[in-house]
Amino acid sequence: MELFHFKRDIPFMSYGKLTTAISLITFILAVVFLLTRGLNLSVEFTGGTLMEVEYSQQQGADLNQVRHSLDSLGMGEIQVQALGTNKHIMIRLPNTENLSSAQLSNKVMDILKKERSDVSLRQVEFIGPAVGDELVSNGLTALVVVILGIIAYLAMRFEWRFAISAIIANAHDIVIILGCFAFFQWEFSLTVLAGVLAILGYSVNESVVVFDRIRENFRKGSMRNKSVNEVIDNAITATMGRTVITHGSTEAMVISMLIFGGAALKGFATALTIGIVFGIYSSILVASPLLLMLGLNRSNVVKQESEKEEIVV
Amino acid sequence: MNRYPLWKNLLIIFTIIVAIIYTLPNLYGVTPAIQISTNRQSLVINEATEKTVTEALQKANIAHDGMFFAGGSLKVRVSDANKISARDAIDNALGEGYIVAQNQIADSPEWLEKIGAKPMFLGLDLRGGVHFTMQVDMKAALEKTLDRYAGDVRRQLRSLGIRSGTIRKTADSLVIPFQDAADLQKAYPELQKLLEGATLSTEDNNVTITLPETLLQQIRTDAVKQNITTLHNRVNELGTSEPVIQQAGADRIVVQLPGMTDTAKAKDIIGRTATLEVRMVSMDATQFAQAQAGNVPAGYELLKDKEGHSYLVSKQVELTGDNINSAQAGFEPQTNRPAVNLALDGAGSSIFADLTAANKGKIMAMILIDQGKSEVITAPRINDTITGGRVQITGMQGTAEANDVALLLRAGSLAAPMEIVEERTIGPSLGAENIAKGINSTVWGFVVVAVFMMIYYRLFGVFSTIALACNLLFLFSILSALQATLTLPGIAAMALTLGMAIDANVLINERIRDELREGKKAQVAIKEGYDHAWNTILDSNLTSLIAGAALLIFGSGPVRGFAIVHCLGIITSIYSSVVVSRMMANWWYGRRRKLQHLSIGIRVPAVVDAPETLPSVKE
Repeated sequence: MELFHFKRDIPFMSYGKLTTAISLITFILAVVFLLTRGLNLSVEFTGGTLMEVEYSQQQGADLNQVRHSLDSLGMGEIQVQALGTNKHIMIRLPNTENLSSAQLSNKVMDILKKERSDVSLRQVEFIGPAVGDELVSNGLTALVVVILGIIAYLAMRFEWRFAISAIIANAHDIVIILGCFAFFQWEFSLTVLAGVLAILGYSVNESVVVFDRIRENFRKGSMRNKSVNEVIDNAITATMGRTVITHGSTEAMVISMLIFGGAALKGFATALTIGIVFGIYSSILVASPLLLMLGLNRSNVVKQESEKEEIVV
Repeated sequence: MNRYPLWKNLLIIFTIIVAIIYTLPNLYGVTPAIQISTNRQSLVINEATEKTVTEALQKANIAHDGMFFAGGSLKVRVSDANKISARDAIDNALGEGYIVAQNQIADSPEWLEKIGAKPMFLGLDLRGGVHFTMQVDMKAALEKTLDRYAGDVRRQLRSLGIRSGTIRKTADSLVIPFQDAADLQKAYPELQKLLEGATLSTEDNNVTITLPETLLQQIRTDAVKQNITTLHNRVNELGTSEPVIQQAGADRIVVQLPGMTDTAKAKDIIGRTATLEVRMVSMDATQFAQAQAGNVPAGYELLKDKEGHSYLVSKQVELTGDNINSAQAGFEPQTNRPAVNLALDGAGSSIFADLTAANKGKIMAMILIDQGKSEVITAPRINDTITGGRVQITGMQGTAEANDVALLLRAGSLAAPMEIVEERTIGPSLGAENIAKGINSTVWGFVVVAVFMMIYYRLFGVFSTIALACNLLFLFSILSALQATLTLPGIAAMALTLGMAIDANVLINERIRDELREGKKAQVAIKEGYDHAWNTILDSNLTSLIAGAALLIFGSGPVRGFAIVHCLGIITSIYSSVVVSRMMANWWYGRRRKLQHLSIGIRVPAVVDAPETLPSVKE
C-alpha cells in the first residue's frame, strides 16, 4: 500500500509567502489571547488547595448546595465544578494565611460529610505560594535550556541557519499551543507543561528529518542543477509519506490518551494533539521557508560537509 | 550483506531474554502483607518473633498465607480484607519497639527476587497515599542554636564562678556583658574553648559571639538532617510501609507515605513540632504578682498548664527533648494516673543531676511546645537530687494523651519547626483508576499503530511492530530494574514515546522503498535503507533526548516523572527500532541469494539479486 508517493515534487516553497503570513497571523492571535486572557494556571502554579471528592449515591451532588455550604468557610472565591458527572466534584480553594492545609481539607470534608454522608475524598492537592513561584521559574529555566540545547546541537550538526529556523518554527508551535490554552481557558498544569516541553523536542525532531534530506539533496549529483527552492521542495516531498505516517501514529497514541486517559491525562493529551498538528505544519511550512529567508544556499551545506570530512581525515 | 554475525544475534536475543526476566515480576503482581521490623539495636526479629506473631494471628482468628524473613524483617502475607485487623493484632501482641506496617510484597517467585527483579515502583498517584513537602524554618533553627549556645555559656560561667550580666541575643550573635575587664580576661579563653568555630570579639566589657557563614551553613544542613531523622522516627511509629523521606532543595523535606489512608493522623503526627523543655519556675511571689498584672519581667514568660494554673517560667532552657533516650507511657505508681516515663542520655542525666542539686526546694516546669504553643505539662518541686536520668512526667488527661506525648518525645524533637508547603493526597481507588486508564490508552494506541503498520508495510510492518513491542518490553524492564518511580505522567510518556518510536521504523521502511524505486536490488535496498536512515534517526532522537534531559534536570514533580520515562524510552527505541528490527529482516531475507521481492507494501519492477559470489565452476 502506498499513500503518499508523488511523482512530481510539490512546490511548497512557492507558497512560502502565504504560509508565512498564515503563521504570523495565528502567532499574533495566540500572543493576543495569552496577553488578554492569560493562562488558566492550576494550583500547582498559583498555590491553593484542590480537592476532588466522590459521591457514592446515584444522584450525585448538588453543586449549588456544596457551594453554599462551603461559603461558611469564608474563604473568598471557592470554585466548585463537576468532573464529568455530578458524582465527582472538584473544589478549588485559594490560600489563606491562618489555616494550614491539613486543617483546611479536614474542615471541608467535615462540612460536606454533614450534608451528605456518602461523600469520600479522592484527592487533595495543596500547594503553598512559594512552591508555585519556584515551579514557574523551574519551568522557564527548563524551557530556555531546552531551546539553547537544541540550537547548539543543530548548529553543530548542520549549520546556524538550520538551528535558527528550527527554533523559530518551534517557538511558533509552543506559542500557538499556549494560545489555545489561553483562548479556551483550559487548565494549565505541570503535566501540560511537560507536554508542551515534550512538543519542543518532538517538533524539532520533525524539522531535523526534513533538514537531513535537504542536506543530503545538496550533496546528490542529480540535484546539482536544481535551485535551492527545488532542492527543498524535493526534500519535503520525499519525506511526506514518513511525515504523515509518523505523526499519524503518534497522533493515534495521543488521541487514544485523550479518549481513554481520563481527566488526569486530558490536559497533557490536548497539548500534544494540538502540538503534533502544528509540529508538522511548522516544520514543513515555517522552518523551510525560513531557511530560504535566511539565505541558505548550496555552498553553506556543501562547505560544511567538506570541512567535516577534512576533520575526519 | 544482510547478515549479523552470530555473536550479534546472540547478544540481541540475550538482551531480550534479560528484558523479559526483569519485566516478569510486573505480571505476578503484589499481595498485601504485614511487615514487622524494629529500629532498636536490642531487639532482634527471629523465630521467637515469628512464634508470637503466629499465636497472635491464631488468637484473632486471622488466616495468613505464609511468613518469611527478608532483610532483617518478618513479612506475613494476608488477604486484603484482613490486613488492618492483622496489623492491629500483631501490633498489640508484640508491644513496644516493633514497627508493624502494612506493606505489599511481590508475588513473583523467589529466583526472581534473588536476581533483584522487582515490579515497577509505582508513584503515589498510581497507588494512593499522602505526599508532603515541608519547609524547614531556618530562622528558628538559628535561634535555637543561639539559645543552646547561651545555655552552654551560662553553665560554663557558673561553673567557673564568673558573674555576667544577662546574655543578649541578636539575629546571629550573642552579647555577654561582664562586670569588669578582669572577669572578661578570665572568661575569654574559656569561651573560646567552649564555642569552637564561632567568632569572638570584645568591646568595652562585652564579648560578642558571632556565627561565621560556614557555621551557619552547618547549622542549616544539620537542621534539615535532624528533622529528617525525626520524621523517620515519627513515620515509623505510624506504621506505613516504604515511606520516602528525603531532602528536596536546601531547606525542604519531602515525605511520601504510600497507601496511607488516615491522612488526618499522618498530618497530625508529622506536622507537629512538639519539643520538651525543662525550665525553672520563678519562686518570687512579687514578681509573679507583677507578671499576673501584665508586667512580665525580662527573661521570663507566663505559661499555663491544662488546668489553667499560671507559672512564671524562666526563658532559660535547662534541658531539651534532644537529651531524651526513650519515653514510655505508663502510670504513676501511687495515684495510678497516666504518666510518661523518660530516660535521659548521659549528657542529659548529668545536666539534670546538676540542675536538681542546685535547685533543691524550687519548682521546675516541664514544658511541651507543640505547634508554636507552650504548655506546662507538669511542675514538680525538686525534693532531692535526681541522678540516673530517670524522670517521670505526669499531668496527662488520659492514657491516649500519655501515649501521644510519649510518641512525640520518643520520636525526637525537631531542630526547627516545619511548615507543610505542599500536600497531595490520592485515594487508593483513584490510583487504581489512573493505572487502568493509563494502560488502556497505551494499549489502544499500540493496537492502532500496529494494525496500520502491518497493513501499510506488510512484513516489514510486522518487523516494526515486533520491534515496537520489544521497545515496550525494554522500557518496562529498565523501569523495573532501576526501580524508578512510575507516575501517571510516566505512563503518558510511555504512550508518547511508543508513538514517536515508530518514527524510526517508518524512516527505515520509507528509505527501503525509496531505494527499491530507484532500482536497487532487494538486498542492497535493505542495507542502504537501514544505513541511510540511521543518521536521521540519530539526529532526531538526540534532539528529543536533549529536550528530555533538560526536563529531567530542571523539571520537578510530574515533569520529572515524565522526563525519566521519556528519556529512557528514546534510548530503548533507538536500539529496538534499528537493531532488533534489522535482526528480523536479516533472518528473513539475509540468507536468500536470489531475492526478488520484499514484502514492504510496494510493487516495483523486480530486480533479481545476483548471487553474491560467482559459482566457481565457471572459472
